[in-house]
Amino acid sequence: MQVGIVSYGAYVPHYRITPQEIGRVWGSDGELMSKNLLIFSKSVPSPDEDVITISVEAARAMMKRTKVDPKLIGALYVGSESHPYAVKPSGTIVAEAILTSPNITVADYEFACKAGTAAIQTCMGLVGSGMVKYGVAIGADTSQGAPGDPLEYSASAGGAAYLIGSEDLIATLNHTFSYTTDTPDFWRREGQPYPSHGGRFTGEPAYFKHIQAAGKGLMNLANTKPTDYTHAVFHQPNGKFPARVAKQLGFTDKQIEVGLLTPQIGNTYSGAVPLGLAAILDVAQPGERIFVVAYGSGAGADGFDITMTDNIANFNRGAAPTVKEILQNRTMIDYATYAKFRGKIRMQEGEVS
Amino acid sequence: MREVAIIGVGDTKFGELWDMGFRDIGIAAGLAAVQDANLAAEEIDALYVGNMSAGRFIEQEHVAALIADYSGLARDNIPATRIEAAGASGGLALRQGYLAVASGMHDLVVVGGAEKMTDVGDAMAAEIQSSSMDQQWEVTFGATFPALHAMIARRHMHEFGTTREQLASVAVLNHLHGSMNPKAQFQRAIDLKTVLNAPPVAEPLGMFDCAPSSDGAAAVVLCAMEKARKHTDKPIKILASTQASDTLALHARSDITSFKATQVAARRAFKLAGLEPKDIQVAEVHDNFTISEILAIEDLGFFPKGQGGRAVVDGQVSIGAKVAVNTSGGLKARGDPIGATGVAQVVEIVSQLRGTAGKRQVAGARYGLAQNVGGTGATAVVTILGAT
Amino acid sequence: MSTARLWRENPSRYNLAASKCGVCGKVFFPPRNVCSTCHRKSIGKMQQLLLSGEGEVYSYSVVHEAPSQFELLKPYVLAMARMDEGVMLTSQLIDVDPKKVEIGMRVKTTLRKVGEDGPAGVIYYGYKFKPIT
Repeated sequence: MQVGIVSYGAYVPHYRITPQEIGRVWGSDGELMSKNLLIFSKSVPSPDEDVITISVEAARAMMKRTKVDPKLIGALYVGSESHPYAVKPSGTIVAEAILTSPNITVADYEFACKAGTAAIQTCMGLVGSGMVKYGVAIGADTSQGAPGDPLEYSASAGGAAYLIGSEDLIATLNHTFSYTTDTPDFWRREGQPYPSHGGRFTGEPAYFKHIQAAGKGLMNLANTKPTDYTHAVFHQPNGKFPARVAKQLGFTDKQIEVGLLTPQIGNTYSGAVPLGLAAILDVAQPGERIFVVAYGSGAGADGFDITMTDNIANFNRGAAPTVKEILQNRTMIDYATYAKFRGKIRMQEGEVS
Repeated sequence: MREVAIIGVGDTKFGELWDMGFRDIGIAAGLAAVQDANLAAEEIDALYVGNMSAGRFIEQEHVAALIADYSGLARDNIPATRIEAAGASGGLALRQGYLAVASGMHDLVVVGGAEKMTDVGDAMAAEIQSSSMDQQWEVTFGATFPALHAMIARRHMHEFGTTREQLASVAVLNHLHGSMNPKAQFQRAIDLKTVLNAPPVAEPLGMFDCAPSSDGAAAVVLCAMEKARKHTDKPIKILASTQASDTLALHARSDITSFKATQVAARRAFKLAGLEPKDIQVAEVHDNFTISEILAIEDLGFFPKGQGGRAVVDGQVSIGAKVAVNTSGGLKARGDPIGATGVAQVVEIVSQLRGTAGKRQVAGARYGLAQNVGGTGATAVVTILGAT
Repeated sequence: MSTARLWRENPSRYNLAASKCGVCGKVFFPPRNVCSTCHRKSIGKMQQLLLSGEGEVYSYSVVHEAPSQFELLKPYVLAMARMDEGVMLTSQLIDVDPKKVEIGMRVKTTLRKVGEDGPAGVIYYGYKFKPIT
């Protein structure tokens, strides 16, 4: 049976900080960092937000746009590298918050920035095999970079949710192809607050190699070429990598324009490709084809070949804010506020006295 | 039901009493009251203790037994009962003592109220106090005790035009009274500007709109009126002791600019006493926040709803006005050791009706009233007293 | 560390589960088994419903002195909002300039963290208000 996207929803916290402000505190040239990364600001979650609340916002937006009864959802997965708990799933809270029935399977995923797309693939399998009627796949993060580290300029917060099914599709998920190897380009050990990375090793042997392999494998499987696609979205750890890998695969700047959000909101990690795709779905027309390749360090890339259906014309997109509308809500903060919000300031420990 | 009189009163100074533990303050007030009534321990039939949260402030429950023991009353194994209704614990204890004597079950009881708040830090004290609100549906969501009262104030300002200056005037007046009360926690008068410029706690309430944390205890001795003159030639009669409840959560009320519990208890009290608000010369009301005094003087019927703020500014609750309110300094200036407050209010009224209130004396005081509130008005106790 | 006290009310804190009296129609939040107006007549007649989450500000205060779990958020706006179903809730009003809050402002609920049992404890989620733009 044909499997695809029934609905989607997005959410990005409204606080923003600029690379210039971060650089000011650490004695680095924030202006230069901004130019090198092609990031103008990044999103910062409020202290009362986390991957669970972001996932709930995105999933509720997704449900507002569809008439599907949440009790028919048979599976729900939240992919993130900043789950609030190391043990206890984010997904169960999200499931209850969108009123699924208890007759559902839930698990949390982790695969750096591609945990959300791994969730989409799982839902494709469950729906396509007839095991469930609908599955929900969410990619969301409130990722952290170590103070003063280059990652601090880009690591941000946001997420998007996808309702995967086989009826009333707004887009068909025609093919998916993944390329995965053991490549230690970026990692975080259990208990460590901040991730570590291999510097320039994260480029060629990691990001570029895997996205290229998955991208080529996908076009091979789908029997397509870059010009068949109206839109393309690649994982976007900064504003420049996607343009480079797009070019390497034969895609143009124009094709990746709509889905490239990192310059405005930073790298939302597991939320990055899901949010970029949501921005595309916000404007895509019936019949248009979309090329998606997500990347997660460790390393792997998931590719998707998507075609918009006619149903997108009647889709109740207006029931929830579009990515563009969400991004209009911005509140600039300084580094001290950012550090306070992100728990980077050592607080008093122990009980209330 | 027979008539009940107060034949003795006692209290400690209110404040940060570092050298006195809970036992010390409870005993001090009780002994003072018993001495004031010229009693021997064997004459006391029962003990009632108002206390909100000794279990959390000093990790001690079962405090009635504790006070009975340390006061020396326990050697007669008297019945000792602890009563709790947040800020109204003292007033409720008084009502329970009153009912015991009025019913004929006991002839002579001691009612005390005590709270030791400073053995925990400020943050913990606030957390303990917040358990008088709805824990699940107010506190969990960020409500603090001052914040709920601030919302009452905001709504009162919205509906009646009450101003911050009117609120602040309550604090100024009560500090003026406190400066005349040697037992008060704060004995310095303050000016309006100080109150208005104080750091905000929960807008529109600032630091000086809120009563302090305090240690302290107060006690009264109740006796059947028919036997009272054996002990004193100035028994003060309890003309009414009434109580009413309302929803725990403030948001469950239909109107937050009044405490219906106060209104209901007051109406019943005036009916029982055969009096009207205009008959009262002196009143102690529950001003844990400045807005609370404004609500109280309206809800008790002294002033029309919405006019309380203006009444304060116009001097209509000062000493010498038709009703003098909070001559002790109120909770604001005298202090608010939670469980003690309701009893301390009655101690002040008794002093006024006996004519022993010194510099704060209201001339010719014949009838007095005490209003004690728990939480944001979920419990209210009204006591009307009369000189004999 | 007991987590049950807040867990058992998740349906109300996550989804605004309320109840409505089948006799007089009064809505209660949190849900109740007995109507406070109809008393005995309402037993067995209380119906379940989910509040829409939309309402308007009835009163508010900007809170400067806050309990420890809200330390990072102060000063915050606390509000009482009357929901369209008639029942009133208390929570924080977020994503708003405190100076621009007004009685009568339209708001809707959103899910946020409301606390935790310390850094090793369970995290609690519940509703907060946001202005409807």
